[in-house]
Amino acid sequence: MATAPRFWRENPSRYNLVGIRCNSCGRYFFPRRAICPICHRKSVGKIEEVKLKGTGKIFSFTEVHDTLEELVLQKPYVVAMVEFDEGPKVTGQVIDCEASELQIGTPVRVTMRKLSEEGPSGIIHYGYKFVPVKEKAP
Amino acid sequence: MRRVAVIGVGDTEFGELWDSSFRDIGIKAGLSAVADANISADNIDALFVGNMSAGRFIEQEHIAALIGDYAGLARDNIPSTRIEAAGASGGLALRQGFIAVASGLHDIVVVGGAEKMTDVSDEESAVIQSSAADQEWETVLGATFPALHALIAKRHMHEYGTTREQLADVAVKNHRHGSLNPKAQFQREITRETVMSSPMVSSPLRMFDCAPSSDGAAAVVLCPLEQAKKYTEVPVEIVGSGQASDYLALHHRKDICTMEATKAAAKRAFAMASLAQKDVDLAEVHDNFTISEILAVEDLGFFKKGEGGKATEAGLTGLEGEIAVNTSGGLKARGDPIGATGLAQVVEIVTQLRGKAGKRQVKDAQVGLTHNVGGTGATAVVHIFRRA
Repeated sequence: MATAPRFWRENPSRYNLVGIRCNSCGRYFFPRRAICPICHRKSVGKIEEVKLKGTGKIFSFTEVHDTLEELVLQKPYVVAMVEFDEGPKVTGQVIDCEASELQIGTPVRVTMRKLSEEGPSGIIHYGYKFVPVKEKAP
Repeated sequence: MRRVAVIGVGDTEFGELWDSSFRDIGIKAGLSAVADANISADNIDALFVGNMSAGRFIEQEHIAALIGDYAGLARDNIPSTRIEAAGASGGLALRQGFIAVASGLHDIVVVGGAEKMTDVSDEESAVIQSSAADQEWETVLGATFPALHALIAKRHMHEYGTTREQLADVAVKNHRHGSLNPKAQFQREITRETVMSSPMVSSPLRMFDCAPSSDGAAAVVLCPLEQAKKYTEVPVEIVGSGQASDYLALHHRKDICTMEATKAAAKRAFAMASLAQKDVDLAEVHDNFTISEILAVEDLGFFKKGEGGKATEAGLTGLEGEIAVNTSGGLKARGDPIGATGLAQVVEIVTQLRGKAGKRQVKDAQVGLTHNVGGTGATAVVHIFRRA
């Protein structure tokens, strides 16, 4: 079982969606990186931390029926690859809906939830999941 | 650079080998390759061992020294090196051996691969296998290793119209080939119905879309081509070797329906070999999931992007097809002891090029290819072999 700092140090990204923008090419990346994988050395000194808006669209998704021990109580659950409006893609669960309600292209937004817990008295991990954005009634 | 030949191959059965330990299978494969090459320990200059996670599967690190020791190479202090690249560990170990011989540093090199997966529970094994993906930004967020491949499958179906049936056809074909391989973990034929009624793992992928957990080992012996005739009547030359990496997490890739690492490794291997896809008679590709084989036959250049499913359905990848793919049964039916897989692919290609593959022999096979992938495509290794 890992110690708490391993998870704490990722909290800015997991809780607040802090990624980076490369001010050499203007691309966004999530999570943070020290160097832009496109601009390489040109990006040195031009990496700026930014908080992503947390809205995007489903790029692909799956309903997970067979999962790791710490997640068995959640199954079946939906995992999607989401493309943020700023460009980067991330992987995370889609909740408060059935898989049958989702399609590639469905708009989603980030929500903060419990990801997992390490046994009854272990660390509880929080982070981002996604919920579908309901279309407004006309 | 010197030309390099494979002069010996050996492997174990793949499966749940309850009676055998990690060192038992590693040594069994190695000794059988050494015997096949007609050499003894006195001839060996170096050993390379592909292994993904002995530290977690059997709580033993430092396995290069362990295997060297029990292979009888400790007395002469023969150097032994472990190579790790998740599922591509075996293929990458072969490449290190190839480089060592091609460079002139070593003459006789043994390359082995081994994994003992069944000494932990299925649950623990799934956790260990998931560590090939990005732990912090994929696994922690609920994406299991099969789930990541399901994301690829769903998107491939969306973009190219690949069907659920075509995915099943990959497993059906590989089980048919496995039924002809006496060393395969699964030697029973299955039908589309078997696949499509098996338990859901991560939609659209079901149990029969996934390669099993296996124990097993495989090994090969390499030497300079000009010396090969001393040891074997039918040397098989490694004419091309290519390796490539990509972003670790699937969501960072340029296109999740294309493994850019496979394309780059193949391009490099074909360039070194001065050969083209049409010259290849058979290929062992990394079908850890059915969708993976569809991507592989596209990204290796055998079929156009999006046509892999249709080609499989049309029988173009079967034993009598345009290119025979996974004649051993592949990871799906022969089994997938992770670190051994890349070497087991070589054992199959060499056996075929020697004309010794029995009921699954590809007629007049001259050129074969191996394709070994780590994670969801962050490492790919491609080798091309020709009967010398």
